[in-house]
Amino acid sequence: MSSEGGGGSEAAADTKPAFWTGGRVAGLVLIAAGAVASAETRSLPLGTLGHPGPGYTPLVYGLILLILGVVVALGRGGPTLGSVRWGELRHAAMILGSIAFAALMLDRLGYRLTMLALAAFLVGAVERRPALPTALVALGLSFGTHFVFWTLLRVPLPAGPFGL
Amino acid sequence: MIDTLNSLALGFSVALQPTVLFYAVLGCVVGTMVGVLPGLGPLAGISLLLPLSFGLTPTTAIVLLGGIYYGAMYGGSTTSILMRIPGEAASVITCVDGHAMTLKGRGGAALAIAALGSFVAGSLSVVALMLLAPPLASVALKFGPPEYTALMLLGLIVLSYMSSGPMAKTLAMAALGLLLGTVGIDVMSGFHRFTYGVTDLADGLGVVPVAVGLFGLSEILLVAGAAAPPQVYKPRLRELVPSREELRRSVGPCLRGSALGFLIGIVPGSAHIISSFVSYGVEKRLSRHPEQFGQGAVEGVAGPESANNAAASGAFVPMLALGLPSGPVPAVLLAAIMVHGVAPGPLLMDQHPHLVWGFIASMYIGNVVLLILNLPLVGLFVNVLRIPYSYLYPTIVVFCVLGVYAVNASAVDVWIMLAMGAAGYALRKLGFDMAPVVLGLILSPMLEMSLGQSLAMSGGSYAIFFQRPIALTMLAAASALLALSLRDAAGYGRRGWRARAGLGPTQG
Repeated sequence: MSSEGGGGSEAAADTKPAFWTGGRVAGLVLIAAGAVASAETRSLPLGTLGHPGPGYTPLVYGLILLILGVVVALGRGGPTLGSVRWGELRHAAMILGSIAFAALMLDRLGYRLTMLALAAFLVGAVERRPALPTALVALGLSFGTHFVFWTLLRVPLPAGPFGL
Repeated sequence: MIDTLNSLALGFSVALQPTVLFYAVLGCVVGTMVGVLPGLGPLAGISLLLPLSFGLTPTTAIVLLGGIYYGAMYGGSTTSILMRIPGEAASVITCVDGHAMTLKGRGGAALAIAALGSFVAGSLSVVALMLLAPPLASVALKFGPPEYTALMLLGLIVLSYMSSGPMAKTLAMAALGLLLGTVGIDVMSGFHRFTYGVTDLADGLGVVPVAVGLFGLSEILLVAGAAAPPQVYKPRLRELVPSREELRRSVGPCLRGSALGFLIGIVPGSAHIISSFVSYGVEKRLSRHPEQFGQGAVEGVAGPESANNAAASGAFVPMLALGLPSGPVPAVLLAAIMVHGVAPGPLLMDQHPHLVWGFIASMYIGNVVLLILNLPLVGLFVNVLRIPYSYLYPTIVVFCVLGVYAVNASAVDVWIMLAMGAAGYALRKLGFDMAPVVLGLILSPMLEMSLGQSLAMSGGSYAIFFQRPIALTMLAAASALLALSLRDAAGYGRRGWRARAGLGPTQG
């Protein structure tokens, strides 16, 4: 089940090498990241080679990233873009969305209510489990972890309305 | 030697205190459960459970997290052998012969050999760690900023050379990590870099949100929507006894795996993963019956399992002696002790002997605990896999958010984890290794600081790196490795050691 190393790709049956490989797309993204980072250092003093300023190392790293992006983009091998399966993308997007909600609401709604909503959404809406197990899991996770980490271990967790 | 034994005695006096012992056992149990769960490796496990250690003393914190680390290394083999599901990446190769042994009705014996091999390797490598770390720490006291700069560059190049994918991809990930490490206040000048007015970013990107995002969350995203839980095979207690022949055939692989794993573990990189593949390759080459490999050869279980556990201990040598992490797991452990105000570095052993030697002694105890726990309780641990994934992963997501938030009580860290999770998901889909990103992130401020100090020492001249023998040697080694990888990329070394060990292509 572990997907380390770029799981989800299949060997293309077509013998003609495809242009848009995963490496090529990733290389272009790395080039863009390197270029943006290098450009962003313009607002920082660069210093000199012997006395580098705060913009010096980010610029060097950005340029290295850009060059390596070119090497990755020009390199052969890797899965073709069409052969990479993205079947779990919808699930993944919903998980990411629910975490974004948690990040947004943690300091507003408090830990317990936010986690209750997060767990209930993932179990009930994303996984479509029955209402009772969903409620039990969500309540157990939100209030259970709060009890262990805040009450027992004194880990600071935010409180929301009504002290929840 | 007498000093070392005295220090070890001090360590045992710390590790055998009831509280410390309790956390060592707790770490081993939790770590084993983390290792059993597919996708949650030692790094994600330690990162997620980091908040558990906040209320503890530095010693109990590192003992707990260390226990989780080697507990996860032990636990990862269980599902590999019984279900052909690697609990963590270092157990991938154990799937091959371990599961074949299960299909032949020898799953219990394979588990016992894996546990015994892990115990032998764990114990031997802790002895080696104990003997090697103090002299290395005294050598490290002679290191100045140029040597540290050269060492960190060498570490990043070695990591890239030893990683499983093409070197250009790995170096790109290291560069990305270095770039991410520049976010925050520049310690030399006080300038804010890439913070865009977000005050929570002034201290830089935290190791924990980045590591949890890249490893824990991205794994959840990759296996999201997975089917029903797999069938669980539970061996009976009497099936756990290996035959005399199986034990005899395991002795050599265990000892070789221990030595190989420890040596590879010291080198930066995903050592525990690499060591298991290299050990498998070595055992297959040395075997009189290489055709049995893949069909249930006990050597294919004993060697890699010993190697990955020895590598786990080897990885602590540079961490304890030099204060430099050799990989993401030691980096998170260093971050954990830094939370408690303990500064890592070559003086760590002198300034905090209770912590260092208590930790080393707890590793001995942990190995015994794991041997006792793993065999009789194997049925209990694999039951974790019966929990439907639709309930399991929301639980892990909640722990991800909790673990990341609790470090700094900052929702910004949750956003960072989210971004890293999405990036890790896409990059892993495209075959990129995430370990260099985390290592680059951690080394970046140290590297920048030591480079700045080196240039300040020399009045701005880079000749300082060529005038000091240790720095020059390390830079020469880094250049040689780069040249070797360029040769591989050009196609002259297509069957390099990485390809032979099954670590994938070496083209750049």
